[in-house]
Amino acid sequence: MIEQRMDSPTLGEPGPEPLLLRLRTGDDAAYHELVIGYGGRLLAVCRRFLANEEDARDAVQDTFFQAFRALPRFEGGCQLGTWLHRIAVNTSLMKLRSRRSRPEESIEPLLPRFLDDGHQVDPAVDWDEPLRSLEHDETRRLVRRSIDQLPDSYRNVLLLRDIEELSTAEVAELLAISENAVKIRLHRARQALRELLDPHLRQRAVAGGHSNENTRPV
Amino acid sequence: MSQKYITCEEVITFLLSYLSGELSAEKAGEFERHLAVCPSCVHYLKTYKATVELGRNALGGTAEPGPSALAPEMVRAILALRPPG
Repeated sequence: MIEQRMDSPTLGEPGPEPLLLRLRTGDDAAYHELVIGYGGRLLAVCRRFLANEEDARDAVQDTFFQAFRALPRFEGGCQLGTWLHRIAVNTSLMKLRSRRSRPEESIEPLLPRFLDDGHQVDPAVDWDEPLRSLEHDETRRLVRRSIDQLPDSYRNVLLLRDIEELSTAEVAELLAISENAVKIRLHRARQALRELLDPHLRQRAVAGGHSNENTRPV
Repeated sequence: MSQKYITCEEVITFLLSYLSGELSAEKAGEFERHLAVCPSCVHYLKTYKATVELGRNALGGTAEPGPSALAPEMVRAILALRPPG
């Protein structure tokens, strides 16, 4: 999936492989093509992790700085775009760690709560279909704001798994945590994001008349 | 033979494993029996999946806000980072 995103045919000719060969010969035009072709998308990746625009731009520069130096050792085991994407993600995470100045807030208040008998304290209701439509810019902004509210360690896993589409094993390696920890964090991050979106997206659905009584299982 | 019924808490706690197909056939059957009688968990499951979709669409691909291309001065600054030689 990542390869499709970063190595899409919109880059034009020549494709990544001939580009790599030209880069290795020190071709100025090839370097220019690399930066123009991938820079915008790498900036989008870095922006997802780093809220500060200057940090995101710095991360893109660092990404290319590292890539230029590593090019002679890049064997082409994956596509150029995939390789650059991984460097950008790594660089963003490192910058994020260096920026963290206060202890992370707990995610617990955003997780579902249960009664002693195992029922939800606040039974779920469906979301309003038109409201959750992504045709609405307002919904997109709401989702972005809500993701930004997640504690970093959960937000990062959600971004890496659901948005950057890395595998559980890749995320575990990148964050130096177990695959099980990745799964737990991903599930909690999704639950917390759902909780943050719920009051906004369920508003009209509530009028449909769900009550705690009729949403309990028998 | 009596069938085991699990609680909403168990369903919601192990939802990711259920959706990832990591549960045993027996456990998945317990999930499905619960979902057949619990509208709240059905709504939770549906809105959980919608959350993932909303996140992907709001942040993935070209949905990111801001200019997609690098400013010319940034391109120049990056190209200046090339190692000599």
